[in-house]
Amino acid sequence: MTAKKSSSPLARTTGIFFGVAFVCACFSDLAITTVDPWAEFSRLLAGILTPDFFSTDSLMLSLGYTLAFALLGVALSNIIGFGLALLFFSRTVRVFCAVIRSVHELFWALIFLQLFGLSPLTGILAITIPYAGIIAKVYAEILEEADPTPLQALPYGTARISAFVFVRLPDAFAHFRSYSMYRLECGLRSSAVLGFIGLPTLGFHLESAFKEGHYSEVSALLILFYFVIATMRFWMRRPLLPVYLIIAVIILPWGAEFSASNIVRFLTEDILPHPLRDPSASMVEWFHLIIIEQAVPGIIATLQLTMVALIATGLLTMIFFPLISPLLLGPKARGIGHVFLVITRSTPEYILAFVLLQLWGPSMLPAIVALALHNGAIIGHLVGRYTEQISLRPDTPAGANRYFFEISPRVYRPMLALLFYRWEVILRETAILGMLGIATLGFYVDSAFADLRFDRAMVLIAITAVLNICVDAISRKVRSYLRLQTSLEHR
Amino acid sequence: MPLIEFRGESAGYSGQTVLSNLDFSIEAGERIALVGESGAGKSTLLRLIYERSGANAALVPQEFGLVQALTVFHNVYMGQLHCRSIWRNLHNLLRPRRDDVAEVEKVVEKLRLGDKIFTGVGELSGGQQQRTAVGRALYHPGDLLVADEPVSSVDEHQAQEILETINGEKNTVVIAMHDRALAIQFSDRLIGIKSGEIALDVSAAGMKPSDLDSLYQVGSS
Repeated sequence: MTAKKSSSPLARTTGIFFGVAFVCACFSDLAITTVDPWAEFSRLLAGILTPDFFSTDSLMLSLGYTLAFALLGVALSNIIGFGLALLFFSRTVRVFCAVIRSVHELFWALIFLQLFGLSPLTGILAITIPYAGIIAKVYAEILEEADPTPLQALPYGTARISAFVFVRLPDAFAHFRSYSMYRLECGLRSSAVLGFIGLPTLGFHLESAFKEGHYSEVSALLILFYFVIATMRFWMRRPLLPVYLIIAVIILPWGAEFSASNIVRFLTEDILPHPLRDPSASMVEWFHLIIIEQAVPGIIATLQLTMVALIATGLLTMIFFPLISPLLLGPKARGIGHVFLVITRSTPEYILAFVLLQLWGPSMLPAIVALALHNGAIIGHLVGRYTEQISLRPDTPAGANRYFFEISPRVYRPMLALLFYRWEVILRETAILGMLGIATLGFYVDSAFADLRFDRAMVLIAITAVLNICVDAISRKVRSYLRLQTSLEHR
Repeated sequence: MPLIEFRGESAGYSGQTVLSNLDFSIEAGERIALVGESGAGKSTLLRLIYERSGANAALVPQEFGLVQALTVFHNVYMGQLHCRSIWRNLHNLLRPRRDDVAEVEKVVEKLRLGDKIFTGVGELSGGQQQRTAVGRALYHPGDLLVADEPVSSVDEHQAQEILETINGEKNTVVIAMHDRALAIQFSDRLIGIKSGEIALDVSAAGMKPSDLDSLYQVGSS
């Protein structure tokens, strides 16, 4: 052992996480199994370069649906989340929010699919519910961090509501607005991905176009999607929001009917453990099947993949952030860097993983690369922006020396803060990627739904949620141990 | 009967005593200047006086305590939040009522902020922000004004004007000031604080700035 006594907690923690990720990677299946991945890739590339916007007439409609679900879901979750944020002093509310946000949108969608079928309600609620939990937490933090000095200068006897709307709300409101914009961007991604389970959004057409090899259509769908996200700042105006919401309600296909008896049966029978309904079945066997054969391998694979993806994200971040840093690159190169990062972070992990799976065949590699690319681009963008505030001394070195000696040490701490903040997000997404066939928890949840074993699905979703809450707690511990802080605008 | 009375009390925060042996009272109509080195305990004493006075006192904190996202009108209007119904407050927050704007305007004009009434506080200079904070305290209906360095960010001429306005509007005034000449000019009673105790409590009449030197010297008292 030549370990230095003086190694910093930061270096030690990094070392531990690297070690864990290395061990996880050793046990991971990272093979490329397709016979000729490059041939398929070149076909994809050819398709991407020749987008065909007229292949299906439903292109625009699916874009409209994607927007409609996102707008309605995010608007509703804003209202509910704000209300919950006001009640965040209550432990019950905090736990409730932690639980609803620990279940991924796609899992919520799978549940609501059983209740409401393909009704728009399924898509809207799938976005609204987890987002409300996230928004409640963030808004509560924003309100808590509001400047307390104006409160002290208020006249004695000012009603609490007046004090709240005049002092707390105005300063917090600007944060709410910028956070809502970020949430809407997330909502658009979620909405697009909901298509993969059958809702009529972009993902639906993307999946079928991809499977049929219509890469020009894939390209057109993605370009439209990036365009909508990139221009959001221009079309998302507050006075227009009511108009958008009304249009969203009008265009969604409300025709699908759902039966009350179906809902009642799902809630009172289907989700009860099977042995309770069928006395001939053994409770022990039921538990054994779920826990030993599904949950345990699912948890192991999920954690394993999460750890590798976390470290890979960190590494990619350190490569990505210079692409937009004015301290390291000129304006032209930065312009290209910006476009690259915007495209990479606008593409949902799920879609990236789906594409890579088609190219490379089933293994953990597509999932890891997809998670690392998407999250690395998000954190890389924030870290790159952070470097704009760094002022270097005039006689500073250039090139690689500048990167390693001047920039990297300065951004490492904020980078780690953001990375650990996203740890929980990466885990939630890892579980979901199981629905694409990788053996994480989502795989078992998806198969349970496919086999109409709703009782199993609910237990597995609950286990995923608990795992998520645990990782969130560990991440918070690590961040407070390393005294890492994320500023409001970076959430 | 005195407005506020201290009888041999001590004060401080988080277990530390900042002020001890406070023994004095404030009568209605007095104009008091608190003088002394920074860190001597002026702000603590002001806060104590403010907390004793309840709804009768308006406060100008040293750090202004403005809501940056709101306009000058809103920040000044907040001086009467406790007098109005929540509905009227909400109405004014979203769409200022003409009658309330007219009332606020009177105060704002005295402070030469008339053209800035609907400007966001975040866009104002330090001096303008300070005048807004003074405006909020003037708009407060209470008789007593407690202010911590209310003219630290404005020039000499404006400082005179603001202090004159304060004295003209409020019956009883307690102000902490580091400018000794201004303190003497605009008060009738000087309370000097040194190392957490009241070291001086005299009438301001006939005082010269140099008479306060002992408050700022190390060692002697």
